[in-house]
Amino acid sequence: MGTLAEEIFSRKVGRPVEAGELVVAPLDLVMSHDTTTPLAVEAFQQLRERVWDPDRIAIVLDHIMPPASIPTAALHQITRKFVKEQGIANFFQEGVCHQVIVEKGLAWPGALIIGGDSHTCTYGAVGAFATGMGSTDVGLAYATGKAWFRVPETIRVEVNGRLPKGSYAKDVILAIVRALGVEGGNYRAIEFAGETIMAMPVGDRMTLSNMAVEFGAKAGLIEADATTLAYLGPRGRAKLAPLAPANPRYEQVVELNVGELGPLVACPPDVGNVKPVEAVEGMPLDEVFIGTCTNGRLEDIAVAARLLAGKRVATHTRTIVIPASFEIYLAALEAGYVRTLMEAGAMVGNPGCGPCIGRHQGTLCAGERALTTMNRNFTGRMGDPTSEIFIASPAVAAVSAIEGRIADPRRYL
Amino acid sequence: MPRIWKLGHNVNTDVIIPGRYNVTTDRASLAKHCLCEARPDFPVGVRPGDVVVGGDNFGCGSSREHAPVALQATGLGCVVARSFARIFYRNSINIGLPILICPELWEQAREGEAIEVDLASGQIRLPEQGLEFAVRPLPPFALAILKAGGIVNLVKERGDLDVAVG
Repeated sequence: MGTLAEEIFSRKVGRPVEAGELVVAPLDLVMSHDTTTPLAVEAFQQLRERVWDPDRIAIVLDHIMPPASIPTAALHQITRKFVKEQGIANFFQEGVCHQVIVEKGLAWPGALIIGGDSHTCTYGAVGAFATGMGSTDVGLAYATGKAWFRVPETIRVEVNGRLPKGSYAKDVILAIVRALGVEGGNYRAIEFAGETIMAMPVGDRMTLSNMAVEFGAKAGLIEADATTLAYLGPRGRAKLAPLAPANPRYEQVVELNVGELGPLVACPPDVGNVKPVEAVEGMPLDEVFIGTCTNGRLEDIAVAARLLAGKRVATHTRTIVIPASFEIYLAALEAGYVRTLMEAGAMVGNPGCGPCIGRHQGTLCAGERALTTMNRNFTGRMGDPTSEIFIASPAVAAVSAIEGRIADPRRYL
Repeated sequence: MPRIWKLGHNVNTDVIIPGRYNVTTDRASLAKHCLCEARPDFPVGVRPGDVVVGGDNFGCGSSREHAPVALQATGLGCVVARSFARIFYRNSINIGLPILICPELWEQAREGEAIEVDLASGQIRLPEQGLEFAVRPLPPFALAILKAGGIVNLVKERGDLDVAVG
């Protein structure tokens, strides 16, 4: 009985639990990547020689992939050595961890997952309780298959209304961050619901769940439905019957109608500084980046390709498109999107996190300004601390690339 | 006596350890770049036992444990903030970095002034201003983790996670 989060924890620990309880729960999957694995290995090695279950650990090289420097190559070396020694079954080098985990069917409705990355909450899009933790928790989980949790209270976010042309899932989540504030979901689970969300494909739902952490939430859950099961079916690993909230008690219910929502832009210095695109239109850009675990999926690349077809990106604006995974890259190739984007003058990079964390493939120097489809626009995240990051949908990004300034996609529809 | 390093609201993990320096597990290197852009005086001036006083939502952003590890590696004694982001709070406890929530301290605290923190009782004193604050001490399991020098040590002592936390 309870919210989706309470239902999942109750099933995992084998007794009814409520928000506020401290539990130690068995995990279905532990995920880590090239930045967080080495520190987790240090914690693990203090405890055990062998991991709890090599089939339920997933390790992805994505953050600086391929390595851009000697220290980053060394992080990969430590990670590969651990993977080999422990016989980790799920080792991937084909895109951003969160995209790959969902694509490979490693997250499923009702699963309990921790990951050494704050955007692990992305798997809530397929009904998993998934949350980011630090490397010590990850190392402990490699060793024991368990983690401690305080069962969170839940905020239900109901989104209704038909999105106008030119507005997308990214605009919905930016509107939610604006409504709740960057700390509004701290320590809470979010249940995203309502007709707008249930009409979205899994890819768009991932954009919402991915950004739950941007307002502090521990998880961003979407109840599994026919869309979820149709997506996961061929991926073949769904193991548990989906769960639904049962007589839930929500801490708060937030209702949002997006029938008239226009394109939004999160401005520096944090994701809560959300403005309508009109307010920042015309700001010159040095870089446009379309990609990441937030918006590097086929749906996103399709939107960008449609807007850029037959056009040219501005000469003085670097335009970078990075598909989130090999699967997406191949689908984008087959659909002709890669050709369209490259003919428009965008460079299409190898799947991975790309410039999102400021280490390679589009790092910003002093005074540069970027518009990206990322989830985070903190000061200095993409490079020099005086550079600026604006975040928006792939549509805003694509038309801004054409003009070399922040632009409104509705003028192109 | 420990001194205060006062920071603002929403101090995120990229500010605590910028991404391009977060390419190592070497504690000395993390300490050297801790807050190096927001407060270049911090990594060179912090003394053992000093206290960072933050505003709302301290440590928001990435799950990188390198952020509390970097703060700990500078020799910092404690972080006191109006509120903390979830993953940072949890990571700090797990690695044994003392951390307290005190909604009132931030308004009153002055950069560089002396501070005394008693973790077990939750007493915070600003002797130069003659001010005292009482905060809720850490829960017993968190204190046990701090006392053991981190959750890894506690699990080592007690055998398994259920036993350590339960």
